[in-house]
Parts: sequence; structure tokens; C-alpha cells
Amino acid sequence: MARKKREAGEINAGSMADIAFLLLIFFLVTTTMDIDSGLLRRLPPMPDEHQKQDDAKINRRNIMVVLLNSRDHLSAGGQPMDIKLLKNAVKEFVRNPTEDPQKAEKEIKTVEGLGSYPVSKAVISLQNARGTSYDAYIKVQNELVAAFNELRDELALAQFGKVYTRLSVDQQQTVRKAIPQNISEAEPVDVDANKK
Amino acid sequence: MAKFERKDKNKLAAISTASLPDVVFMLLFFFMTVTTLRETEQLVTVKLPEASQAAKIERKDLTSYIYIGTPVLGYQQQMGTNARIQLNDAFREVSDISNFITAERETVKEDDRELMTTALKVDVNVRMGIVSDVKQELRRCNALRVFYSSTKAGTE
Repeated sequence: MARKKREAGEINAGSMADIAFLLLIFFLVTTTMDIDSGLLRRLPPMPDEHQKQDDAKINRRNIMVVLLNSRDHLSAGGQPMDIKLLKNAVKEFVRNPTEDPQKAEKEIKTVEGLGSYPVSKAVISLQNARGTSYDAYIKVQNELVAAFNELRDELALAQFGKVYTRLSVDQQQTVRKAIPQNISEAEPVDVDANKK
Repeated sequence: MAKFERKDKNKLAAISTASLPDVVFMLLFFFMTVTTLRETEQLVTVKLPEASQAAKIERKDLTSYIYIGTPVLGYQQQMGTNARIQLNDAFREVSDISNFITAERETVKEDDRELMTTALKVDVNVRMGIVSDVKQELRRCNALRVFYSSTKAGTE
């Protein structure tokens, strides 16, 4: 289908820019830039009223109490602590390399993909007052998550030669089983009540 | 300086604007890809806290949002300046959360209900009292997966 050669008339593209601007402005107005990121946490299920409190099951030495009072002062394991030191204190508590009887127990368990591994029984109990600021609370949460993430990274590097986030799903599960993230934020306790 | 001497000659060639649409489209596509549509109107001001360990949310479609913060200026006369809870497009109380969660559950397929997450978008200056109340209410509704929204700060 050979056509007669003739000059194609030029389409006026001048208003194209206006249309594009209109679309652009529409998207600018209706959208937000924020990517949703944050800390994922699992709340403990509501205790059954008929069921007795089973706190006693956990040995005292396995619980590290992290307190945050209404003036945002932090104390961990019974002594005041700076937030910068919290991460290492938690790691030390969970790992307990010297088998300190004051720190968490370990239990030899068979973990799929690892064989037998001393799994720490440590539970970090985070308690805060009603007057604690959310900022301080998230900072502490962040440090706790960081401590566990670092422990997992260390194990992942030693076992699989990669950091935790780069492992396959199965390997991640193995590491998660070997280092469970037990952060309890059970009933809100009024931390300040017993100090007054 | 010779160029500036032709002032009186107003026969300047028009600048071609043919590539202007391309530039604008490029901007448009940039914004379309990096942004997300805003679902609700913000009634409370929320400045998220920073956390270095923040991870991305996995399933956005399974996430319901609870905003807690001080009301925006326009609403301060009615609602005061204390921290308030916003669900969807309105101010709500802690007791309304269970209805909200049930309604959110209805919108999700049964298989996915386990994975439903509640994202708490809480202002940094909010006190934990109201957050604890919300958390207790979520436990009561058995919505146990919570997500503390925070902006990602540089790692060390």
C-alpha cells in the first residue's frame, strides 16, 4: 500500500505540556511520599480469666526487666542504664557466654538445619508507665530489636556465611528458632506507682 | 556585549516547547512511582519516631491504620489539644476500636486474616497511656500483630 508521498501535517503539541502538568499536579496533591516502615511486634494474647497466671513457670533469672518510667528514665535488670548500653546488655544477657547464674539459662534443643544448639530461654520484659513518651518507648523497642537482630546476624554469619536478611526462608526460620525473640510487653504496669 | 544591542529588533525566534511535555511526563512518572495514594484525610498531626531497625511493611492491603496524635489546627477548637485517636476519617474513642477491627476483618479473605496487621501511627510526643489503652483493646479483639510505624533512621 504505497501512499502518495505528502508532507504530514504537524500536530500542535503545545497543549500536551498543560495536560501533563495537570496530571502531575493531581498526583502531587493526592499522594504521600512516606513508605511504611516500622517495627513489627506480636502482642501476647489476652489471658483467659479462668486460667491462672503462669508467670511462675518462667524462672526468675531468665527474665530481664526493662523499665521505662514517666520521666523516660531507663533501667534494665534492676539498675539504671543509658539507652546506648541497652543493646549490648541485652545481647550479653541472652547469650550468657560465661554461664553466669544471674543471666539467662540455655537449653540444648535440636534445631532443624543446625543440629543441637543451646537455645536461650531469655525473656525481655518491657514495662512502661502511662506518662512515658512514645519517642522513648520506640527507642527502647528499637534497641531490643537491634540486639536480637545482631544476635541473629552473628549466628547467620557463623553458620551460613551471610547476614540474616540474605538467607533463604528456611534458613531464616532456622535462625529464628535458634534465637527466639522473646520480648514481652504484657500488662501495662504503673511503674511509678511503687516509687511514690 | 554585541548581543544586547539588538533590542529594538523584536523578531526573536520562539523557543521550541516541543520537549516540555516529555520533561513534565518524566516528572509525572517519577512521582507516580515513588508515592502512594493517600487513603485518609489526616485529622491528627503525626510525626513518626525514628528507628534504625525499621523494616518495611509486608502486606499493605492487610494493614489497618490507627492514628494517634494532637488534632490538626482546624479541629483543635472542637477536640482540644490532647492526643486523640483517628480511625478512618473520624475521631474515635478507644472503645470504638473493636468495631473498627471487626469491620476491617470483614474486608479481608479468610485465609489472610491471620496476617492482618494494625499499624500504629503515633506522634512522638504522645504519652504511652493512650497507646497502652489501644494495645489492650487490640489484645481484647485478638488483633495481635501490631506495627509501630516509624521512619527509618540511618544505622549507626
